Amino acid sequence: MSEVLKTSVPTLTPKDFATDQEVRWCPGCGDYSILAQVQKVMPGLGIPRENIVIISGIGCSSRFPYYMNTYGMHSIHGRATAIASGLKASRPELSVWVVTGDGDGLSIGGNHTMHLLRRNFDINILLFNNQIYGLTKGQYSPTSESKKVTKSTPFGSVDHPFNPLALAMGADATFIARTMDRDPKHLQQLLIRANQHKGASFLEIYQNCNIFNDGAFEIFTEKSSKPDETLFLEQGKPLIFGAQQNKGIKLDGFKPIVIELSEGHSPSDLWIHDERDFYKGQILVRMFEDPRIEGHLPRPFGVFYETDRPTYEDVLNLQIEEVVATKGKGDLDKLLRGNETWTIL
Amino acid sequence: MTRKEEVLQDVVIKFAGDSGDGMQLTGSQFTNNTALLGIDLATFPDFPAEIRAPQGTLPGVSGYQLRFSSDRVFTPGDECDVLVAMNAAALKSNLGSLKKGGKIIANTDGFDQKNLRLANYPDGVNPLLDDSLSNYEVIKMDVTKMTREALKDITMGVKEKDRAKNMFVLGFLYWMYNRNMDNTTTFIREKFGKKPEIMESNIKVLQAGFNYGDTTETFTTRFKVEKAKMEPGAYRSIMGNQALAYGLIAASQKSGLSLFLGSYPITPASDVLHELSRHKAFGVRTFQAEDEIAAITTAIGASYGGSLGVTTTSGPGMALKAEAMGLAVMLEIPLVICNIQRGGPSTGLPTKTEQSDLLQAYYGRNGECPMPVVAASTPSDCFDAVFEAVRISVEHMTPVIFLSDGYIANGAEPWKFPKSSDLPAIKVEFKKELAADEEKFQPYVRDEKLSRPWAIPGTAGFEHRIGGLEKQNITGNISYDPANHQEMVRIRQEKVDRVADYIPLQQLDSGPETGDILVLGWGSTYGAIKSAVSELQKEGVSVSHAHLRYLRPFPRNLGDVLRNFKKVLVPEINNGQLIKIIRDQFLVDAKGYNKIMGVPITKGEMKEQISTLLQK
Repeated sequence: MSEVLKTSVPTLTPKDFATDQEVRWCPGCGDYSILAQVQKVMPGLGIPRENIVIISGIGCSSRFPYYMNTYGMHSIHGRATAIASGLKASRPELSVWVVTGDGDGLSIGGNHTMHLLRRNFDINILLFNNQIYGLTKGQYSPTSESKKVTKSTPFGSVDHPFNPLALAMGADATFIARTMDRDPKHLQQLLIRANQHKGASFLEIYQNCNIFNDGAFEIFTEKSSKPDETLFLEQGKPLIFGAQQNKGIKLDGFKPIVIELSEGHSPSDLWIHDERDFYKGQILVRMFEDPRIEGHLPRPFGVFYETDRPTYEDVLNLQIEEVVATKGKGDLDKLLRGNETWTIL
Repeated sequence: MTRKEEVLQDVVIKFAGDSGDGMQLTGSQFTNNTALLGIDLATFPDFPAEIRAPQGTLPGVSGYQLRFSSDRVFTPGDECDVLVAMNAAALKSNLGSLKKGGKIIANTDGFDQKNLRLANYPDGVNPLLDDSLSNYEVIKMDVTKMTREALKDITMGVKEKDRAKNMFVLGFLYWMYNRNMDNTTTFIREKFGKKPEIMESNIKVLQAGFNYGDTTETFTTRFKVEKAKMEPGAYRSIMGNQALAYGLIAASQKSGLSLFLGSYPITPASDVLHELSRHKAFGVRTFQAEDEIAAITTAIGASYGGSLGVTTTSGPGMALKAEAMGLAVMLEIPLVICNIQRGGPSTGLPTKTEQSDLLQAYYGRNGECPMPVVAASTPSDCFDAVFEAVRISVEHMTPVIFLSDGYIANGAEPWKFPKSSDLPAIKVEFKKELAADEEKFQPYVRDEKLSRPWAIPGTAGFEHRIGGLEKQNITGNISYDPANHQEMVRIRQEKVDRVADYIPLQQLDSGPETGDILVLGWGSTYGAIKSAVSELQKEGVSVSHAHLRYLRPFPRNLGDVLRNFKKVLVPEINNGQLIKIIRDQFLVDAKGYNKIMGVPITKGEMKEQISTLLQK
């Protein structure tokens, strides 16, 4: 997003990004925190409000644009990523954000999500993952854990859940990260990182749906379990976690294993996080074990992987410039006349 | 020896061969050559859905029909004067449309035992050897053998050499119709410039075909068709999809909006994507999307950003785009959706023509979702019709559906192309400032056309949110108010209806303004109706022809036009779609003629239908 126009930006406050529309999410919804953090971060990005566009699909999260005083579109189910792609291709100077959910972005709109990532549009995708269909009142989603009992699965879901970050990795996303609604500081940091990245940023945000899937991420967000169940990634730092910061991740061949630092291991034995390491990134996104299973690995949060690749819109527009430079600007009369004409007198 | 030259008025040639025989190329080369002489023409390419259907079989036959004349022509002709049959299957599947006494140019090599069997001739039967073709003039030539002979000095595989055999036939026809071959040699040089062997072999074989006619004493007559009496001016040959692409570029230039095409390849619309992707010098952005839905939604995104968003497709793609069209109706932003219709339903007949998506264009979306519909009637008319579609879309802030079909898309005709300075400007105003009486920006406030302001991202002070939910009139805020919904449904309909104030009144194409019968057509039936009506008029029949470009809304006077006639006939290549709308809107007891065979209605059929209805 670094090349977005930053000229003559008046000092704005989070309030400048709020609209006069009443926010209508259920009380206690994780979306409130995400909205607050986005509004807090936006003034500091240095982007004029009129150059920011937020596009969403359908679902609870997709009401987001109505509450942001920028340009915005609440579109149709699953297509925000495609609409954003068309906008960014034709208006590369805009700062384009997609707000989507696990159903919108991974189920009905899964196709467009992966193609946006593959093409590497400079767009920030905020995927609110609550592992449930909230707006339709409680059916399982493509990220719901297997065997989940919901309105549409009274005997338990037989679906295997998606691993959204592994999906992004498979689609060659150039920025892959995870954060959570209950950690405002971390969420703010990662919003800033996603915005800084030039290329498609895929930020998965664990978001609690307190009505239909309350506590889905409790194990990662509650003070009592968070230290042992989560692993916060920091560039250049060893993978350490635990209430006493006494546990770490080591690579045993290609397999990440947990070791106790007290048992004669030192931090230098541990996996040192490198966001730019493509191969380690593959392993990191696969650290996605079901926390219900004994001996599971902690769930990583932070920036998993980042790389630089030319963006679609830059290459597209460069191609146009090159053609104009070599062939000259199009001449309509020449086009209509073509190469072979005849005249009737 | 002396050779005669015979002047003909009207000739129909059908080039038919295996789908790998290069018949489309041969036909289009002869077409361009004909056009350059100022002879009027119409074409009908007809090919199988399979890229390479089993060689030699009946389903694998690819045909290209060309009619050229010193008179004006509007159809590719009901029957052929000359049939080029590269193999037995090509003869068998096209003999029915050859005139008695017509010529058959047969490649004898394509009539060997294997080819005869593949074409389902009984054992031992070869139509070139028995007297079954005695009603025709059969010109037999071993094209394969002579092609190989012409290339005997070139070191190439036999398979590669055989690929040039269509050039032999083309060369021979150039001789037969007394043509200069320069355009084709130039074409070959440009196309194969990087492959000198292929270039050389094609030119050699083309020349060999010409020389064969010249030196073989069996052919004593050459034919000539004079220039047609057409309106003075500069002409070129144009195909429908090409004209459509040019129309979009012209509209982009005339509106000052940069053109964005979101498209997913589909027959018979892909050529529009191909054509537009070549014109980056006009700032055209083409985006080959991951699917039909992304094709239209990327175009919506581009439109939202202030580009001219366009998507091109055919019937199955239209079905997939329906929800997004509804979004565009709610957003009230410009968008042009081009449907190059083909035979349906489902995958249907991908390479055959049909007009069966009119009701889909009218009604094929959830909710009350009106959109203007514009249709092209001939290949070159695609240019003007799509230009109009863009004008309506931009000036009225509404998505517009443009309808063409496979017949128009792939057909060619002479086009008196316009000068860019003669094309009207398309008015676009982005909202950048508040008017004196405006306190704040209201995204759904309306002008006299009922269209709303277009404020694009990047415009400070005009930040606003739009979406697919029902919105409050004027403010654009989400609204579930019952009365507001009814009002918005009414406004969206009224807005489309008011387009009628900004389009021309319906004119008759020919015939008296009142009378016994009016033939009311739309789209690609134009040529057949025009030709049939014109012949009947010459025979003294009172018959008139009106052809609709604006299908939704209709021109304001259409009801009056219809009521001036005792009978109204609506011919369509569908099961009766326009007729339903006409009967619904005007309570006119129109009669339909419906041919749904994947091919155009012929002039003969049309004449018969008109005469029959007149006698009832």
